[in-house]
Amino acid sequence: MISRPGPLLTLLLLLSAGLAVLGVAVGSTGFAFNWIHDDQGMVRQILWQIRLPRSLGAWTAGALLGLAGAIAQGLFRNPLADPYLLGSASGAGLGVALALAFIGMSPASSLWLDRLGLTGVAFVGTVAGVLATLLLARGVEHTLRLLLAGVVVGVVLTAATNLIMLNSPEIMRSMQAFMLGTTGLLGWNSVILMAVALVICLLVALGGSRALDALTLGEATAHSLGVRLGLVRVVMIGAFALGTGTAVAQAGMIAFVGLVAPHLVRNHCPTTHGKLLLLSACAGGVLLLAADILARWMFAPQELPVGIITAILGGSYLLWLMHRRTGRRTA
Amino acid sequence: MKPLFALLAALLWRGSALAADVVIKDDVGQTTRWAAPPQRIVSLLPSLTETVCELGACARLVGVDRYSNFPAAVNALPKLGGLDDTNVEMIVALKPDVVLVAPSSRVTERLQGLGLKVVTLEAKSYADVQRVLGKVGELLAVPDAPRLWRQIESGVAAAAQAMPPAAKGTLVYYEVASGPYAAGETSFMGETLIKLGARNIIPASLGPFPKINPEFVVRANPQLIMMGQRDAGGIYQRPGWDKIAAIRDKKVCIFTREQSDMLGRPGPRIAEAAQIMARCLREMSEKKP
Repeated sequence: MISRPGPLLTLLLLLSAGLAVLGVAVGSTGFAFNWIHDDQGMVRQILWQIRLPRSLGAWTAGALLGLAGAIAQGLFRNPLADPYLLGSASGAGLGVALALAFIGMSPASSLWLDRLGLTGVAFVGTVAGVLATLLLARGVEHTLRLLLAGVVVGVVLTAATNLIMLNSPEIMRSMQAFMLGTTGLLGWNSVILMAVALVICLLVALGGSRALDALTLGEATAHSLGVRLGLVRVVMIGAFALGTGTAVAQAGMIAFVGLVAPHLVRNHCPTTHGKLLLLSACAGGVLLLAADILARWMFAPQELPVGIITAILGGSYLLWLMHRRTGRRTA
Repeated sequence: MKPLFALLAALLWRGSALAADVVIKDDVGQTTRWAAPPQRIVSLLPSLTETVCELGACARLVGVDRYSNFPAAVNALPKLGGLDDTNVEMIVALKPDVVLVAPSSRVTERLQGLGLKVVTLEAKSYADVQRVLGKVGELLAVPDAPRLWRQIESGVAAAAQAMPPAAKGTLVYYEVASGPYAAGETSFMGETLIKLGARNIIPASLGPFPKINPEFVVRANPQLIMMGQRDAGGIYQRPGWDKIAAIRDKKVCIFTREQSDMLGRPGPRIAEAAQIMARCLREMSEKKP
């Protein structure tokens, strides 16, 4: 129905605004606009300090993941690429597991961890995972070598994480919260941090979008078109790591948003990378915010881990799009 | 004549053995029989290990799971892995008379297939602790179980008694993990809180360990927060939580790993656990905001 980037962007932004309003209305008491009789100080506190930053934070985290996914899919020319590639997710996971297991072990480590916090550790873990991948691939020249090195780093770091969890089973529940993603504790600080990262990543990615367009024709052609492949890869992987790391650090390893957001955009309107990157970020934001609202609404005051909803929501939508298209083609 | 005599003797012997038999029906309804009280015991759950030792049979333990760490004596025993990676070969090599496991253990059938006797016991609540103590007492053929239970009960009662009137009825939020996951009224920690006369912000209807919306805590406005050291980082910086009475008055009890172990383990140390919580409630009620 909407097959051009302009209208699609407008639609996504309108959806975002609508969802943000809904996000402010949905909380631990379910859907409610009837706060008039409540204690005003409490209402203001809940709306301004909890629901609004949480909703905006969910959108920004989703946007970062969508953008990182679009970068990865463009850079590796692989529709299965997602933000958790290149050892980023497993690095973050290992960082968090280490931090959880060693908090309280020694006063020195506690002090160090307190200063860095779980979010800091997750971010450092992500970047370290990506750096390890780059190191093992001996640079960025070969796409396949990069991807394979990423897989190896992922497997090894995940094994290390599992080893830590085996030895300290009491961190299991906290680890699960991280693995399935949590948007519940996002405050204004997180929102500002993620927004800054989003702007930087977007600018960098948009700057390199023409190179990504050239890359769709193959590496050799891109090279002959004057694209400096090495530089583009380094810069793009930098933006990818910054985006993934910031989102994962603040909201945990939310499933599927990064993979599905670029597909949603491409399914609606095949376009150049410049627009695809921007639209993927918006689609990711809409998807995660919608999932977050559902997560807190369905069983209020209990919450579902938001990653479960993104997987179900994103997965079924993608399937529907796929079949709709094949249906039309065969018809 | 001679075979008949032998048969008679055998029957007599069998009869006398039956009198000394130990018969245990465990929590999954399986009945197991021993000719004599088991002397070589493997425990695959920390609370069961503690129960065996509390009944004075620590010396009969020949192996424990990886997470059993109390009393200190069990740390010298062979560690046989966890729930998902139990070391079956090592258990068989230890030739135990009985293996004590939790219902979630995956090795029960495997061990029984190898000819071992397995007793499954589940401990989740105070009532479970009493029942398990009784069962293990029967199994070990020691008469101490009822006396020990009375002792534990009076320990919990003493902790509740020592609560100053100001601490009674304190509204508490107990966080078991970031997420946040809370301990509800039906959880083991929740039961201790009730016994101490405190109120839990998480009603029984939400189940033992619900993942809750953080906003719910702000709305419930607890006067006191209890949590483990691991998840305590940043508790004062959580968005919107500064309006919560407990945060504003800095009434947050942060438990060490050992204390968290004790508080969350439905075993014979529940009196100590109750005392830890009681101390927290007492000290925080005396603390001036």
